[in-house]
Amino acid sequence: MPQPSCTRILPTLSRRSVVAGATAAALTRSAWPAAAAFEDDGNATAAIAHIAAGREIKPGRVKLVLPELAENGNVVALSVEVESAMTATDFVKTIHIIAGQNPLAIIARYHLGPRSGRARVQSTIRLATTQTVTALAEMSDGTLWSGTMSVLVTLSACLDGG
Amino acid sequence: MADTPHPTRISMPATAKRGDIIDIKTLIQHEMETGYRRDANGRVIPRDIVAHFEVRYLDEIIFAADTFAGVSANPYFAFSTIVGDSGPVTFTWTDLAGRKTVETRTLTVT
Repeated sequence: MPQPSCTRILPTLSRRSVVAGATAAALTRSAWPAAAAFEDDGNATAAIAHIAAGREIKPGRVKLVLPELAENGNVVALSVEVESAMTATDFVKTIHIIAGQNPLAIIARYHLGPRSGRARVQSTIRLATTQTVTALAEMSDGTLWSGTMSVLVTLSACLDGG
Repeated sequence: MADTPHPTRISMPATAKRGDIIDIKTLIQHEMETGYRRDANGRVIPRDIVAHFEVRYLDEIIFAADTFAGVSANPYFAFSTIVGDSGPVTFTWTDLAGRKTVETRTLTVT
């Protein structure tokens, strides 16, 4: 199976070869305050370890729903719901969406709070290829819970036109 | 690219009862250029994405998202909030260069 064209393009390029590369990189870093020390190179295990920072990740409480078969990797509907009372003292702080076969492992972080009412977020994501997507929920008490879903992608998000 | 804001679509009720949980759906028209594609001359097209999205209700953040190249073009988000007092709900999308698109809706409590 041919690798999607985008999968590993960036690491092989020198920053100088990218138009305005240095500027863009600096801006990228400044826009990621929570992950300032983390260089996302597409390694999901490293990304999850960085988020966990030594804490235990328990499977459960996170319901991640993606289509089992995604015909177009450019637009994959995502729904994530976390079991939580969502009260002032017990709520979901952050939901991380991680995909290890994408050029960047971290797709998005959703920040919630007691004012959210429900810990449910829906969005659309890109998937470079067939893979397992992980949703990691960080609770107000610091515990981490995870849910996963495998998606078969027939058209990569990395082909031109997307 | 000019500083013109991107077109957006926001779906939320104009009125609601205190204590209700309401659903809010938002979409911004944005390419979300990943930085991995090349143009016809083989040059990498620079990354141009919405990096942050924030929703404030009466100045309190009720939802925020850090978004990266793995978010689809025309980023869509659906989330919810608990109705408190009447007031403005402000939606702010910020791209990598710091350019902002801001929209405001008013929620009236009945």
